[in-house]
Amino acid sequence: MSYEVNGQTVEHDEEGYITNLNDWSKELAEVIAKQEEVEMTDEHWAVVNFLRDYYEEYQIAPAVRVLIKAIKKQLGPEIGNNKYMYELFPYGPAKQACKIAGLPKPTGCV
Amino acid sequence: MAPLDDSAKKKPAEMMDVRGPDGDPLEIPKFACESMRESEPYPAYPEHNLKLGFPGELIDNWQEVAIAKIGELAKKNRAFQVYLDACVKCGACTDKCHYFLGSGDPKNMPVARQDLLRSVYRRYYTFAGKYFPWLVGARDLTKEVLDEWYAYYHQCSQCRRCSVFCPYGIDTAEISMAAREIMDSIGIGQKYCNEIIGKVKDVGNNLGLQEKALAATLEGLEEDIEDDTGVSVRIPLDEKGADILLVTPSADFFAEPHIEGLIGYAKVFHQAGVSWTLSSYASEAANFGLFIGSYENMRDVSLRIRKAAEDLGVKRIIFGECGHAWRVAYSFLNTLAGPFDFLDQNYPIPQHILEFTWNEIQKGTLKLDKSRNDHIRLTYHDSCNVARASRMGDKPGGQFEIPRNVLKAVCNHYYDMDRDTIMESTVCCGGGGGLLTDEIMDLRVKGAGPRMKALKQVTDDFGVTHMAAICAICKTQFSKVMPKYGYGMDSILSVHQLVSNAIILDGQEDGEDAAPQGDAAAAEANQ
Repeated sequence: MSYEVNGQTVEHDEEGYITNLNDWSKELAEVIAKQEEVEMTDEHWAVVNFLRDYYEEYQIAPAVRVLIKAIKKQLGPEIGNNKYMYELFPYGPAKQACKIAGLPKPTGCV
Repeated sequence: MAPLDDSAKKKPAEMMDVRGPDGDPLEIPKFACESMRESEPYPAYPEHNLKLGFPGELIDNWQEVAIAKIGELAKKNRAFQVYLDACVKCGACTDKCHYFLGSGDPKNMPVARQDLLRSVYRRYYTFAGKYFPWLVGARDLTKEVLDEWYAYYHQCSQCRRCSVFCPYGIDTAEISMAAREIMDSIGIGQKYCNEIIGKVKDVGNNLGLQEKALAATLEGLEEDIEDDTGVSVRIPLDEKGADILLVTPSADFFAEPHIEGLIGYAKVFHQAGVSWTLSSYASEAANFGLFIGSYENMRDVSLRIRKAAEDLGVKRIIFGECGHAWRVAYSFLNTLAGPFDFLDQNYPIPQHILEFTWNEIQKGTLKLDKSRNDHIRLTYHDSCNVARASRMGDKPGGQFEIPRNVLKAVCNHYYDMDRDTIMESTVCCGGGGGLLTDEIMDLRVKGAGPRMKALKQVTDDFGVTHMAAICAICKTQFSKVMPKYGYGMDSILSVHQLVSNAIILDGQEDGEDAAPQGDAAAAEANQ
């Protein structure tokens, strides 16, 4: 189970989350997004970049509420809301956006 | 299918026609033999199993060890042996499982699920099975049988609905837990449960949410409450000397609508004027040790709560909205991690947040404006582990009454679903018992069918727009599967979210024009 990026092989788990978080690159994000049928726009990148920054600080993905609050601050309430996040990432900003951002899948009753 | 009831008032647009010809949410489906045989959760990796004290992968002499384990469980646990011996195949349970009703696969009939293990037990532990296996349906434990166990014992959410209808009181949940315990003992674990229990051991919660992230999340929520109400409401973490330790599912720090419930607890504590704290060490109420039938793992997780209570010097422990956590807390906490003689004996040990809130409502300490929930027409889903494996308050049936009392105190429009699908007969959300994992989404959607049909009835008959629950699993499951049945993902609410909407805090600025949170879009979508 792996992605191919620029001739490199990047391992992922059964659901497409990369196994080694250091393997992530912007090119890889595009590859994962394509597989997820998500076309990356600036707004998608704003979410992905926020997730990566947050993860670097806290070693976990943020709660959806925290993500929305941050995006709202950055891009305004038209984009920073729950409905729009699901339009950007139909399988959920927590799980699908994390996959594209190269973060582990949130586990538990979520 | 027959046309829907003409009196249907507010039929959601494009809603799937889920009701049977008689409008019966428990309509028996046509058989679809073996249709769910391929539904299996991902197996655990070796590191997940090893961390829990199980072999990393399938051991060479697995057959011998598994058979010995069946014998050990039957000897140690008299109820388990009775369940295996007592069934007379009366058939009372056959149409009681939501996974059978949703899938039509007869192996999801509780008696058939039990027989997967019972047939093996008979072969090795009964006289007839040893000598005349073909006469008594006894089977050798082969790899095919083991694979079948893995599939179908992960299609039981251990909700115990079938046990309510069994004249012998056979509890399929116990058999399914035993089967998972046997499989773990030979190196066949399920990834979802075992990975999560490992995270609790490492970090303190199912999410893997570390102290720094938890503190930042709580701080953000305090800001949000102040922005909304103008009142500073604290959500304390690791505060020594607080009176109350709140133990809640980590989903309450992360997911929607769970977080809205956490805000509700904080407002209730604030208004009640009690001192309370969360713990970063015991930042998880859920106890997946129950799901895999592992006493040792269940105990390890429970002991964290004891340690946190001792370290923080609290007098009381209160549990947040989590179904199976309340089962473990209410029924087993004392034997797993007791005695709790260091806590204040004048309060229930442990106490449920709803018991606390209902007491405060009765005392009159909460100022509630029900009209703030007037955009919601509500019903309530009884979560299985609260409904059938525990209690609340000091009267029989308190676990049914107290949540409804609270909801009716904060909401003007409340309607119960079909009596055969609520209270002790409640149908599972379809995601309990360690099955809340995406690779078995088809099973989860099918298992939610009976509940969704019962919900559809009250939507048709009374215009119900939302359903409340007090279990983190139920909430997540419904937010994922409700869209498949034509409801918005935010049609599922936390009970304390509704409390939060209705509470007017002392000094709250906004009066009547505050917009209740989170659910207006769903209400619109369902018009």
